[in-house]
Amino acid sequence: MRKIAAVWVGLVLAILATFLTGTMASASTASPSPTGVASTPAGSPTAGGTSPGASEQPAQGVRVFIREGRQGIAGAKVTVSQGDKEVATGETDERGAVVIGVPAAGEYTVTVDTGSLGGKELESDTITREVRPDEIAPVAFRVGQPAAPGEGAASGGIELSLVSQLVAQGLRFGLIIALAAIGLSLIFGTTGLTNFAHGELVTFGAVVAYLFNVTIGLPLLVAAPLAVIVGGLFGWAQDRGLWGPLRNRSTGLIAMMIVSIGLALLLRYLILFQFGGTTKSFSDYQGQAGKAIGPVLLRPIDMISMGVAIIMLLLVSVALLKTKLGKATRAVADNPALAASTGIDVDRVIRSVWISGAALAALAGVLLGLVQGINYQMGLQILLLVFAAVILGGLGTAFGALAGGIVVGLFIEVSTLWVPTELKNVGALAVLIIILLVRPQGLLGRRERIG
Amino acid sequence: MDWGSIISNALRSVVGLETVIFAMAAVGLNVQFGYAGLLNFGQAAFVAIGAYGLAIMVFFAGLSLWVGLAVGIGGAVVLALLLGVPTLRLRADYLAIATIAAAEIVRIAFRSSTLREWTGGSNGITGFDGQFYALNPLSNGTYGFGPWRFSERLTWVLLVGWVLLILFCVLVWLLMRSPWGRVLKGIREDEDAVRSLGKNVYAYKMQALIIGGVIGAFAGFIYALGRAAVQPDLYGTELTFFAYTVLLVGGAARVFGPVVGAAIFWLVLSLTDNVLAQAINAGYVSSSIMNPNQVGQVRFMLVGVLLMLLMIYRPQGIFGDKREIALNAR
Repeated sequence: MRKIAAVWVGLVLAILATFLTGTMASASTASPSPTGVASTPAGSPTAGGTSPGASEQPAQGVRVFIREGRQGIAGAKVTVSQGDKEVATGETDERGAVVIGVPAAGEYTVTVDTGSLGGKELESDTITREVRPDEIAPVAFRVGQPAAPGEGAASGGIELSLVSQLVAQGLRFGLIIALAAIGLSLIFGTTGLTNFAHGELVTFGAVVAYLFNVTIGLPLLVAAPLAVIVGGLFGWAQDRGLWGPLRNRSTGLIAMMIVSIGLALLLRYLILFQFGGTTKSFSDYQGQAGKAIGPVLLRPIDMISMGVAIIMLLLVSVALLKTKLGKATRAVADNPALAASTGIDVDRVIRSVWISGAALAALAGVLLGLVQGINYQMGLQILLLVFAAVILGGLGTAFGALAGGIVVGLFIEVSTLWVPTELKNVGALAVLIIILLVRPQGLLGRRERIG
Repeated sequence: MDWGSIISNALRSVVGLETVIFAMAAVGLNVQFGYAGLLNFGQAAFVAIGAYGLAIMVFFAGLSLWVGLAVGIGGAVVLALLLGVPTLRLRADYLAIATIAAAEIVRIAFRSSTLREWTGGSNGITGFDGQFYALNPLSNGTYGFGPWRFSERLTWVLLVGWVLLILFCVLVWLLMRSPWGRVLKGIREDEDAVRSLGKNVYAYKMQALIIGGVIGAFAGFIYALGRAAVQPDLYGTELTFFAYTVLLVGGAARVFGPVVGAAIFWLVLSLTDNVLAQAINAGYVSSSIMNPNQVGQVRFMLVGVLLMLLMIYRPQGIFGDKREIALNAR
């Protein structure tokens, strides 16, 4: 019965940890948030995203975004019309966004005055959109080459600078995926558990860093290591309170997988409950201008975070190859029974894998938060890409996960040359299925029976 | 606190739309997971294909309801084939990852603005349900008794839904007592043993995937028609996990497990939703702890806890037999 009691201790620990985080995080939203992100009450699960200028929101209307890459364009004049009649006009703010209310539901045409863009050209300057009652319909314009008739995007030749920019972004994303993937892969290798709650470890890291950074007010350089430590503790608590006892009563692997799904649901919605449904950002390193290095434009913080990721990945690799514990970990991942019979303390190895895996996932969360903001769904969104990385490299191999993560990140970003940005993750997931078809053991995995 | 309305809402939800939809999706899962041991985490994709097949054919192509139904069923068969060919030879955990990835591909494709002209993008599609409700033999008014009083529209959907659900349960019962069903259960227990008897294990698994997927597509029809709308984010991974919870509450590998599971599941969710909402309104729960918007989030936490506790303490659910659950497979 003590084991079962320990399960409950773990659950309570997990819940307490997230509640603590959330209560403080929600306390912070009461004060004006330094980044200017409007804090709206947590919406339904599907309502994510930021809402600029929440002060007076019209009942229905359009939210126009004008963007060049990730950068918004300010001061663009936008006209909303119905048929030939002009309904309303607006001008974009410094984030390139403006909300324009319309009197009633119906079909509206949004036109951007191209003269107000400072010589930039839009892919198209008119978008027609149906607005439903009580809905703010998003309308996005993007700066780019206007599509010339008879000339496809691909046939025009792909610019070298664009390719190298995407490679740099892909590397940045790939390193984050690799950080999360190593933990997932080692946990699978040592325990056989396919951990569907790994994405929530990523979110947890980002949310804890947000708590230390924005709520308590520590600089991110202090908050991030603290978040990694708390993430590691969370991993320890999970193994101590939940997974360890389940292993000891020899719960089936599929049962454990479904338990991890339940845990993921619980954690994700606890975070939503306390943290809210909006995307928030750290207080440091906002609005940094990109620096050009050769053909690539990156913010200094991107370079720092890529450097941190590379150093951490190297440290983990060296630890796995050189230290006693690392060698023991690889031995357990290879064959737990054989490792145990040579005198390796398998439980201790598994516990250290949980701690380091969760800590790495937390770091991935912090770095991901720097790139795309902090949101309760960020872990869920990256989870399948992490799975893709792990399977590409070979389930259970640490170095496979590392290589797989970088390949997946590069693939996702570079594929936007041909694939619409919103579909870029589809490509990665399709590759996941194709890999399973042709080389299910992954790039670095050993051939064994997996059918 | 108005306990009368709380209880009557809970009783309504026992036979309500969600119960039918999730019971049907779980009957499909029962064929795949309960009987064949296939860990399909992509049931949401089958439901989505059914719903979208119907909505697209009727609304965008302007064809009849029956074409929409046929396309939905055909789509589910094609998806099962596409998904099954690469993944059915894989171990359970690989199958789970591949199917969940496929389900996300389907959802992202349906919500993408690139395909907006055919799928309605993130807003989805409405206005395709006219033909279905034109078939309604009931005249305007409310039908039923006690707490179970529904409008003629809802009564019609529920009637069709429950009749289909019973038919599928009978179908599953007949299938599983046939030689085909015994082979399927044999595959769940020991694939190699069945293979050594000369059975084509791969073909049996594929057939189970298709049958379960088509039943899932029917859940999609009811979902689309009952709400008179399809919206891509309703078909996320949560739908699959809710269906799993429903299946595991009632008991996998039991014919009526999904139906009982769904009724209990939505009864519990309706009770907690209503009790919490009323407690907040009445001021028993301070708004600093929880606001009305957050009630829906508690539902998901509850499902998560339920799923964990079920798997830890009672993996066979209410009616299941522990020896008949494919949870120790590797």
